[in-house]
Amino acid sequence: MRKARQKNGVATRPIVVPRPTPRRFYGHGIPNVDRNRLAGKLIVVEGADGSGRSTQIARLRDWLEGCGHATVQVGLKRSTLVSEELDQAQNGNILSRTTLSLFYATDFADQLENIILPGLKAGFMVLADRYIYTLMARDLVRGMDEAWLKNLYGIALIPDAVFYLNVSPEQLVQRNFSKNQALDYWESGMDLGLSREMFDSFLKYQSLMANQFQRLQSIYGFHIIEGNRSPEQISAELKRKVEAVLTGKREAEPESEAGS
Amino acid sequence: MAKTFAELSFPGRLIAVEGLDGSGKSTQIYLLKRWLEQQGLKVFFSEWNSSDLVKSATSKGKKRELLTPTTFSLIHATDFADRYERQLVPLLRAGYLVLCDRYIFTAFARDTVRGCPPEWVRGLYNFAAHPDLTFFFKAQLEVSLQRILDGRPQLKYFEAGMDMRLSADPYESFRIFQGRILEQYLGMSTEFNFSVIDANQPIESQQSLVRELLMARIDLSLFAAPNVKGVR
Repeated sequence: MRKARQKNGVATRPIVVPRPTPRRFYGHGIPNVDRNRLAGKLIVVEGADGSGRSTQIARLRDWLEGCGHATVQVGLKRSTLVSEELDQAQNGNILSRTTLSLFYATDFADQLENIILPGLKAGFMVLADRYIYTLMARDLVRGMDEAWLKNLYGIALIPDAVFYLNVSPEQLVQRNFSKNQALDYWESGMDLGLSREMFDSFLKYQSLMANQFQRLQSIYGFHIIEGNRSPEQISAELKRKVEAVLTGKREAEPESEAGS
Repeated sequence: MAKTFAELSFPGRLIAVEGLDGSGKSTQIYLLKRWLEQQGLKVFFSEWNSSDLVKSATSKGKKRELLTPTTFSLIHATDFADRYERQLVPLLRAGYLVLCDRYIFTAFARDTVRGCPPEWVRGLYNFAAHPDLTFFFKAQLEVSLQRILDGRPQLKYFEAGMDMRLSADPYESFRIFQGRILEQYLGMSTEFNFSVIDANQPIESQQSLVRELLMARIDLSLFAAPNVKGVR
């Protein structure tokens, strides 16, 4: 650990300049991108609604900015190009499967080209509130062809780290109710007809999603973060792991919870 | 190689026309439709009206010039998927002869010219079965260009390929763009088994060839419309 020094009563720490690392796309990528000029880091947090994603991203952002890093955030359905239309499509449930899937891919590509890649080029820490994995898992649960999805998302840049906040479906139900009045139609997978009861459907759907994530983990190598803990514990683990990404060194030992 | 609708045992058949703007393909498919209708066949000309959602996104992207080659390709694939799943597949399941003015090959040509990797684009569209018959209207580049540039001098930004910065002059940009698209079409002709029609011939000669080729490939007697009282 670097030492914090006191200077005029203000804690100063040397600001770490992230080590550049070679970058790759999953497939063909985006035409005409100079991969060697992407100085920033791409950090992805994945997990179901209620897994604590937004809380953890907000904490990461505070911490990174405090450490002198500029940040920018992206997430699903946030593109200038199609976010409104995607919202409408979901509310009306009027697009069929392949169409909806390509619509989401358009949303992703728009943010990739207009926020993620320019951000990285400018040396920003790009924090992604979910990435292609959620999109793939949702489609896989709905029986779409995996090879087709892999080709589609061959445009995606390989992130510097992907954290999956793992929370059991039973816990997710509780957290969703403490946050919202009702369960969300899509997060309950109601379009799949798993059960006419939303509660049952939610549990079934979330465990199908968790299975897909486990499978994807073995392909894409996420860090699985145990989400059934306090926000502080999770946050501390994320910081250690992100710090390792920034310095290019191995992760520091946990300070207090070693030997558990 | 992807399968055709016949190979996938659909009762319907899909016939597509491809070619540059101004090659006369729309005229030919219109005449084909008229003829098939007059034979009392179950025919459907797929004029695509994009769903409001996709239309709104596409027009926003075009108006504000937000589209890159990748998002241009994806948003058109979205639109195509919507058309495919909502219109084409149900019609083909219902046993129609479906006529399409442009199909996936338009996207293959256009997106590849814009710099998307051809394998990626083809992969995007591999959910779609191939046409049972594809007519490619091959005209001389100058002839097609002249027809368009004579009749409709206001070229739109993406239509003229202005996003590729080929030339600051929209007309010059359009010429270069169309020339490259033609190259792509010619390259795909054998691979996708296009029936090539010489679009420099008189309209009537082209149409008789189109009808002949269609009859040779598809048993039209299978598509007789049921005689429903009071409908015709």
